[in-house]
Amino acid sequence: MTDAVVDYDEALQTYDPVMGLEVHVELNTKTKMFCGCSTVFGAEPNSQVCPVCLGLPGALPVVNASAVESAIRLGLALHGSIADWSRFARKNYFYPDMPKNFQTSQYDEPIVYNGYLDVEVPTESGDGTEVFRVEIERAHMEEDTGKSLHVGGATGRIQGAEYSLVDYNRAGIPLIEIVTKPIVGAGTRAPQIARAYVAALRDLLKALDISDVKMEQGSVRCDANVSLRPVGTEKFGTRTETKNVNSLRSIERAVRYEISRQAAVLDAGGTITQETRHWHEDTGITTAGRPKSDADDYRYFPEPDLVPVAPAAELVEKLGGTLPEPPAQRRKRLQSDWGYSDLEMRDVINAGAVDLIEQTVAEGASPAGARKWWTGELARRANVEGRTVEDFGVTPAHVAELDGLVKGGRLNDSMARQVLEGVMAGEGAPTAVADARGLELVQDDGALEAAVDKVIAANPDVADKVRGGKLNAAGALIGQVMKELKGQADAAKARELILAKLT
Amino acid sequence: MTDYTRMTAADIAAALAAGETTSVEVTQAHLDRIAEVDGDVHAFLQVDAEGALATARAVDEARAAGKELGPLAGVPVAVKDVLATEGLTTTAGSKILEGWVPPYDATVVAKLRAAGMPILGKTNMDEFAMGSSTEHSAYGPTHNPWDLDRIPGGSGGGSSAAVAAFEAPLAIGTDTGGSIRQPAAVTGTVGTKPTYGGVSRYGLIALASSLDQAGPCTRSVLDAALLHEVIGGHDVMDSTSIDAPVPPVVEAARKADVKGLKIGVIKEISGEGFQPGVKQLFDESVQLLVDRGAEVVEVSCPSFEKGLAAYYLILPSEASSNLAKFDGMRYGLRVGPEGVASPSAEQVMAATRDAGFGDEVKRRIILGTYALSAGYYDAYYGQAQKVRTLIARDFAAAYEKVDVLVTPTAPTTAFKLGEKLDDPMAMYLNDVATIPANLAGVPGMSIPNGLAAEDGLPSGFQILAPATKDERLYQVGAALEAALQEKWGGPILAQAPELAGKADAR
Ligand SMILES: [Zn+2]
Repeated sequence: MTDAVVDYDEALQTYDPVMGLEVHVELNTKTKMFCGCSTVFGAEPNSQVCPVCLGLPGALPVVNASAVESAIRLGLALHGSIADWSRFARKNYFYPDMPKNFQTSQYDEPIVYNGYLDVEVPTESGDGTEVFRVEIERAHMEEDTGKSLHVGGATGRIQGAEYSLVDYNRAGIPLIEIVTKPIVGAGTRAPQIARAYVAALRDLLKALDISDVKMEQGSVRCDANVSLRPVGTEKFGTRTETKNVNSLRSIERAVRYEISRQAAVLDAGGTITQETRHWHEDTGITTAGRPKSDADDYRYFPEPDLVPVAPAAELVEKLGGTLPEPPAQRRKRLQSDWGYSDLEMRDVINAGAVDLIEQTVAEGASPAGARKWWTGELARRANVEGRTVEDFGVTPAHVAELDGLVKGGRLNDSMARQVLEGVMAGEGAPTAVADARGLELVQDDGALEAAVDKVIAANPDVADKVRGGKLNAAGALIGQVMKELKGQADAAKARELILAKLT
Repeated sequence: MTDYTRMTAADIAAALAAGETTSVEVTQAHLDRIAEVDGDVHAFLQVDAEGALATARAVDEARAAGKELGPLAGVPVAVKDVLATEGLTTTAGSKILEGWVPPYDATVVAKLRAAGMPILGKTNMDEFAMGSSTEHSAYGPTHNPWDLDRIPGGSGGGSSAAVAAFEAPLAIGTDTGGSIRQPAAVTGTVGTKPTYGGVSRYGLIALASSLDQAGPCTRSVLDAALLHEVIGGHDVMDSTSIDAPVPPVVEAARKADVKGLKIGVIKEISGEGFQPGVKQLFDESVQLLVDRGAEVVEVSCPSFEKGLAAYYLILPSEASSNLAKFDGMRYGLRVGPEGVASPSAEQVMAATRDAGFGDEVKRRIILGTYALSAGYYDAYYGQAQKVRTLIARDFAAAYEKVDVLVTPTAPTTAFKLGEKLDDPMAMYLNDVATIPANLAGVPGMSIPNGLAAEDGLPSGFQILAPATKDERLYQVGAALEAALQEKWGGPILAQAPELAGKADAR
């Protein structure tokens, strides 16, 4: 059953959305939150487990100090306060993917509280960008659960499954949950702000190097709380919580959908049910999950198996000294260093190529060349093939070398593309590939001129058009010249020569 | 021929070191004794003759080869079934863990193995250590060697009875509210609950994490000290473990001197309202300490009276969460609900827990779940934690005036099996003197101090010391033990009736 929705813009004329975003981040620590098991993704099911993360009788947790450091660094980067004394608590509920039937988390004593993250969003009028401040309520540490695989049903969901398997490799992976304060005043831009917030948080986590931020592998998962209140009123409406929205685009779509859906319910005189909702990537809608209430009783109490986390002031200060340049500031600096336009920089950011270009420029490439290859060629191609640029095996050094070969006049663009193919095929570094494939521009001007003359003679009508001022027609002649020289000609030089002869 | 089962662990160790006997001989003697009397006593849930003898042989070989060995190498020991033993079934006295073989050793067990101590087997206990009589074991009660119709105390009745019945010279117990000390008191043996964090809890199947502590069950104070030294010390696998050396307990036990020590009698637990014979023995013991040069001071710990109530909120709360993992999903018992063709995981969990847990366990899980519920948390769990703080303050104030505190260990001598089974409140009152130590995390010891006039059954004398000052227990305990044995002309267990030794007597 599909819910009724109203047009988004119409909904926003009547209602003011309030959001709350909860982002779960898997940390990239080598070992789990409370034991020494490996956290490497994709291992054989139940191969990275021990008595502790399997919750065997008698086993006890020990806090991973490097996860605590990650939480503190994140807290500082979010301008938050670091609790000088915080505790873990048990969140009690029964579920087969949770070995102990309680999750060791933090409750009323989180390690980080009261921070904020500034995100860049388009202005309401749409002409330019402005900073929107998202206030952070808290960030706390917890452990991930195992992963259930429901076998035998049509949907892969538990309903209708014949049996379920559980992989506990993920059980005990360190998580940080970052919870915003209610985001008010977002107006029509609510979906964009939600997306921009998660994107900015992801960039920050990456810059801090505390998570691999692979949303598609579930390293960053977002729950979006959305409620509506009539425009001009104060009291928050009843909220829904859309769980596990796992891409930036989905976050934007899910928030937008919930606003349209809730507006339809309210317009029809109905009330919003407080519940969790599932996001469906394929159909772009949310469906009702479990009813949720403030009285959901997890019987939290302080975890008696762990001592309080009380980071020394010196440690916090020391960690404060390890914070990276804030991603937004860094992007501004790089854009100015590289001389990119706003549009070019946005493409680079969207392609996730900032780091790659920085490294490529450091290897000696020109910023323009680096951008051209990474965003114009590799990122575009990755996007089409549904892969990531990292999958291609092309390094910044390769690209810098390729850029050098073009700049030095040995290769033209199409030859360079062939060389890149070779690099991707594992044939070696660009120069070696060019050598092996015999790719080199014809440097001999005599050969080029002879080819130009031959082509002009063979295509008198095209030559006439060029003579008549239709310079575009020269393209056909250039193509013929390139063909004549088996592609190993410098197209710019050929064009120059053709025009010189015909105009 | 020497009967090694009647000797203290210290004497066995000396005989082994002197080459007068072998660990195999000593271990076999205890296995024979178990075969002879455990049909009556039922101290053991499982005997591992093969494993014990293999360790004994290895130690004998190492000794013959001139290898450096620990002081208790070759001396056998029994382990309460609440500690994980790799390759050896561990049930915590519950049906829900019937047949569960842990893939790992508890730290305490690993230390026993490293010390070359043959593990005779696993001892009986109240299910998940909930009880004061061992009647709540899913595998049948243990019987008190002094009178087989009486309880051996609990929850660690198996460990204390094994030691009292000469089935083992040493045993490991665990104490959450008195489960080492109260069984020691009613079986005429010695038991120590070390300072919380003094012995690793890793591998101890948790009842109440903030209260549980493993410790020695023995027939002499020196033996307890020797075993304490083996199992104590810091463990990186237990965050609550104290990062400091084991207190000098053996040295203190050998010193056995109370001259100039200040001993506090707690007004609120001085034996008033206890069994008269127990009260009388307590007063006599205090006098013996005075005779040996101690100074006795009366102190008041007004919050102790609230201890029992606080304990029975904190313990069930933690237990309700600790026991959640027993759900039939990963290990142990799994029961499908009746009449359901393809049950959900939740239905299997419910059916398993219904079938696998006994009544006392269910009672406490329900109590704890309720106490932790939203809206009740502050009134119950929160208040109980405040009482805990008050009790710790009472202790701190008392220890400013005295070096140790003393009380009778339990209000009565061993009661009859079945007598209090249907009256949980009466059963809970057994722990009134032992609980404050667990709530405050301080160490406590019970030593036998005589047979009560009215029933001729053993009574216990409890010594309490400040946290990490466990050596004081041994210093005072050994001094009193010496004074008492001088009076009795030997250890109290010499006065215990001989067991019939008919395997089918029960
Ligand atoms: Zn693990």
